Amino acid sequence: MTSILTSTFKNLSTTSKWALRFSIRPLSCSSQLQAAPAVQTKSKKTLAKPNVKNIVVVEGVRIPFLLSGTLYKDLMPHDLARAALSGLLHRTNVPKDVVDYIIFGTVIQEVKTSNVAREAALGAGFSDKTPAHTVTMACISSNQAMTTAAGLIASGQCDVVVAGGVELMSDVPIRHSRKMRKMMLDLNKAKSLGQRLSLLSQFRLNFLSPELPAVAEFSTNETMGHSADRLAAAFAVSRLEQDEYALRSHSLAKKAQDEGHLSDIVPFKVPGKDTVTKDNGIRPSSLEQMAKLKPAFIKPYGTVTAANSSFLTDGASAMLIMSEDKALAMGYKPKAYLRDFIYVSQDPKDQLLLGPTYATPKVLEKAGLTMNDIDAFEFHEAFSGQILANFKAMDSDWFAQNYMGRKIKVGSPPLEKFNVWGGSLSLGHPFGATGCRLVMAAANRLRKDGGQYALVAACAAGGQGHAMIVEAYPK
Amino acid sequence: MVASRAIGSLSRFSAFRILRSRGCICRNFAASSALLTRTHINYGVKGDVAVIRINSPDSKVNTLTKEAHTEFVEVLNEVWASDQIRSAVLISSKPGCFIAGADINMLASCTTPQEATRISQEAQRIFEKLEKSPKPIVAAISGSCLGGGLELAIACQYRIATKDRKTVLGVPEVLLGILPGAGGTQRLPKMVGVPAAFDMMLTGRNIRADRAKKMGLVDQLVEPLGPGIKSPEERTIEYLEEIAVTFAKGLADKKISPKRSKGLMEKLTSYAMTIPFVRQQIYKTVEEKVRTQTKGLYPAPLKIIDVVKTGLEQGSDAGYLAESQKFGELAVTRESKALMGLYSGQVLCKKNKFGVPQKNVQHLAVLGAGLMGAGIAQVSVDKGMKTLLKDTTVAGLGRGQQQVFKGLNDKVKKKALTSFERDSIFSNLIGQLDYQGFEKADMVIEAVFEDLSVKHKVLKEVEAVTPEHCVFASNTSALPINQIAAVSKRPEKVIGMHYFSPVDKMQLLEIITTDKTSKDTTASAVAVGLKQGKVIIVVKDGPGFYTTRCLAPMMSEVIRILQEGVDPKKLDTLTTGFGFPVGAATLADEVGVDVAQHVAEDLGKAFGERFGGGSVDLLKQMVSKGFLGRKSGKGFYVYQEGSKKKSLNSDMDSILASLKLPAKPEVSSEEDIQYRVVTRFVNEAVLCLQEGILATPAEGDIGAVFGLGFPPCLGGPFRFVDLYGAQKVVDRLRKYEAVYGNQFTPCQLLLDHANSSNKKFYQ
Repeated sequence: MTSILTSTFKNLSTTSKWALRFSIRPLSCSSQLQAAPAVQTKSKKTLAKPNVKNIVVVEGVRIPFLLSGTLYKDLMPHDLARAALSGLLHRTNVPKDVVDYIIFGTVIQEVKTSNVAREAALGAGFSDKTPAHTVTMACISSNQAMTTAAGLIASGQCDVVVAGGVELMSDVPIRHSRKMRKMMLDLNKAKSLGQRLSLLSQFRLNFLSPELPAVAEFSTNETMGHSADRLAAAFAVSRLEQDEYALRSHSLAKKAQDEGHLSDIVPFKVPGKDTVTKDNGIRPSSLEQMAKLKPAFIKPYGTVTAANSSFLTDGASAMLIMSEDKALAMGYKPKAYLRDFIYVSQDPKDQLLLGPTYATPKVLEKAGLTMNDIDAFEFHEAFSGQILANFKAMDSDWFAQNYMGRKIKVGSPPLEKFNVWGGSLSLGHPFGATGCRLVMAAANRLRKDGGQYALVAACAAGGQGHAMIVEAYPK
Repeated sequence: MVASRAIGSLSRFSAFRILRSRGCICRNFAASSALLTRTHINYGVKGDVAVIRINSPDSKVNTLTKEAHTEFVEVLNEVWASDQIRSAVLISSKPGCFIAGADINMLASCTTPQEATRISQEAQRIFEKLEKSPKPIVAAISGSCLGGGLELAIACQYRIATKDRKTVLGVPEVLLGILPGAGGTQRLPKMVGVPAAFDMMLTGRNIRADRAKKMGLVDQLVEPLGPGIKSPEERTIEYLEEIAVTFAKGLADKKISPKRSKGLMEKLTSYAMTIPFVRQQIYKTVEEKVRTQTKGLYPAPLKIIDVVKTGLEQGSDAGYLAESQKFGELAVTRESKALMGLYSGQVLCKKNKFGVPQKNVQHLAVLGAGLMGAGIAQVSVDKGMKTLLKDTTVAGLGRGQQQVFKGLNDKVKKKALTSFERDSIFSNLIGQLDYQGFEKADMVIEAVFEDLSVKHKVLKEVEAVTPEHCVFASNTSALPINQIAAVSKRPEKVIGMHYFSPVDKMQLLEIITTDKTSKDTTASAVAVGLKQGKVIIVVKDGPGFYTTRCLAPMMSEVIRILQEGVDPKKLDTLTTGFGFPVGAATLADEVGVDVAQHVAEDLGKAFGERFGGGSVDLLKQMVSKGFLGRKSGKGFYVYQEGSKKKSLNSDMDSILASLKLPAKPEVSSEEDIQYRVVTRFVNEAVLCLQEGILATPAEGDIGAVFGLGFPPCLGGPFRFVDLYGAQKVVDRLRKYEAVYGNQFTPCQLLLDHANSSNKKFYQ
């Protein structure tokens, strides 16, 4: 096992282009970057604003992210959310009655628990006096939960909010056809036997064909993988580059897992099954193996494959967010500040996954920072091709001028600071829960490596995007 | 079954829109000394793949000209001779066009069948070489791939097309009265099967890329890309090239097979085609359909069937020979001259010769949500124009909004739009009952009731709320624009825009200028019309303008013929037999009997006895009985909702009996009846040119064919005079004049043409 692993690493550092970039990047970076991180922290200003409450992350946890159809497959979404909430309670010991509000993000809703935040909170033993609501914004749903929490605290409405997200892809609502539903509803209303029989006589066999949840954009009818393949082609990202990036993600995730950096994970005893302690989607392979896969969406010549895409994942995350004053008053040592954030949206057809490109310069501008000020980047990896296309877009003056209405490019993030503990490609991507994972990874990386600012960014279905600055809490 | 669909569109002539949108501008091929450097076709080598790029200079589209042919052969020879090259990709440098077809001027200038046959044979030879190429050649298709372009593509070993709305494949030759003369009639049946090939060649229809893939016309599709390292168009064509190069390599390495795996249905069909009896049945059915639909007026479809048959029954050598010979024969027929003339006229009427308007119309308002108003709104919103639709009642407005929605939704059902696109287009329409927002309007098109006082009322109301620069356009079929403009504060901003019903289907827009209308106002109206996708003629103001004025004497003659005892059904058969897509009696029902009465009375007053003939009383009586035509369910025919069959309205018998005229036997033969209708039309059209209502004969022909359904095979009234002979037209008129008087007196311009045999409307 370990031998395979190390050999992979040898391969990586000797053969791949990424390795080359690793070695070249530092050379081209400014000398400031080569100075010790600790010195940097002191030299940078804080992003605190006068008359605005500081908002802090006290703690954030997630249950292990598992491939859908594995150990969580018999559970319901609120079970996962409950486990994350219990984990958070356990780790922070926050008195339940202090929590003012609970917000969860989710994408594919289980109809029985459409306000999954409330169902999970009740089950996790939170006070029944704590209201809860559920938000949805595709892959940035839990980002929306966190920023909603930030808004509630900043405006003085709440002091303590739990934000999180959950997704269970092992079970999705499959509906009866519209015709069948209509007949069933009409049957309910039918009064006499005659009416019922006449309704039943309209039944046709095709009424039974089920309606699967849409895997495609509603507006364009295009699946996300298809769009990602076109995006990669538009930016001339090759298959090899994509496979190399995916391999990097898996290798780094494996390393982070082995070195114990994924400290936001709380173990989850699955009813009737074992206790889960680790993400199970991390599978570093070899470029040769990956090259054998056929394209998954644009056949036969596309470049997006199962190996360089994020996989369907079950998981949940939760985070305790407070005003700084409240956290300190309660004796907590916060992990990070949540600072400026932004939401963007663009053409859902051809720029579906370019959210980070649009959001990054805007949020930096808002915070008065530049790319050089950022010590850790945590971007959501929907597809290798999407990440690499975003890099190329961020690095293109032509694109900035012609499509973003900006004078110059923002520049692409240096790889040595980018998703160094793995990303959605390897750790998994439970749609509604990824945002909190990104923020916690950013916060934990800043704490470990001593940086001051992290940039979190993500793309989402509907052509939307999000970015947020996370600032380290002084030690 | 295929054939019925096939010819249906031909008879309606709607298929002409194919050419319209492409705008294949015919290059004149005067350029000569282009032999030293290649100007049309060049190539580069990528690894062991030659990338051959087609790029007609100084043109938006690529056409197959003589020079292009020569250069293509040179390039192919070099490719075949090179040891380094193992395969090739054929691609256009123009994102919106692969090859739009052969140079139409080259064909139109052929005077003998032999000349045209030679062109065909030359192309056949090159494409045969291409087909037998020892090195695989991949056609990478982006944009229109029509006529000779498609014939070239199907001679290649493999085809890859971008899955784009702009990418269309087809053989529209039949619409120009000719046949695919570069091997298309022989290769298509083998490639897509006989029924589908007949369908393509007999309708000339455009096939979108995804459909083409299903039919087996192309082997792979490439997804169009969005913005990336380059603009979407540039990058998409580059991507297409990259993919095509990979496939070319794969073909050369024999990793990819150029043979397509056929589905079960296809296998069954191709098996059935091996049975001679089945083949004969298919020829027979298709031929019958063609005969009934074309009524023998269009020779091309029958020749196409003939050539395909020859190829299948007697082998491809005989097939190619027949193809080139029939191509030659067809190229010099009257019909093809007429149809090619219409095509170039259409290209002409797709340009704004009044220049760029000072202010681009961004905010459009339409008054009146009736059939016309809503139709105008529909063709505006679906081109992205924000449109206010104003009516006076909620019910009227709702009806109009529903009409627009239905028009768009029908496109969704045909998969021409997605439901999302429909919704987003529909959001461009703002329905209202007041003048809110008119302060921003750049143009107001009124389509209110055809009554001068109503038009005056709305004109005053509109001018009170709109800005100075706002154009006021009146959609009227007969009210003189100067009379409408009489109450205007800004007569230079008043113009007529005469749309034809149904607006979303009829291509013609007749724009009417008064003496006071400014050039910029005209430019603005033409710009809006072009944006709405219309073919535009610009005419001078006068009673009935051009189209209505030509229609009126013809309809008057139609009524006289009915009064003389000819059955409406019989009359319909006679007129459609002459090439009119809609029979004369049916036309009256479609236009609306009340409208016809209105027009007949108005123009009767303006032009006096010359517009007489049939009695307006007939129309009056019909209106009083409520026989308004299709809209009221009864006219000359009875119409039933949902049923396509129509039977004669028996209640008309008493009206016709009361107004019966004695038939004049000397001018009542079937042929005479046809010519009485047509010559009155033609004479009036020529008079319009003589009086300066029309600026050019080309506009007259386009207006007559696209607005009034003048037989396309005759090419329009002016082309008809040229091809039929002015003297013969005058002789006909004189003959009828002797019986009926001055309604048939030939106009001076027509007499001038008759007197001098070298005078032609088209030189």
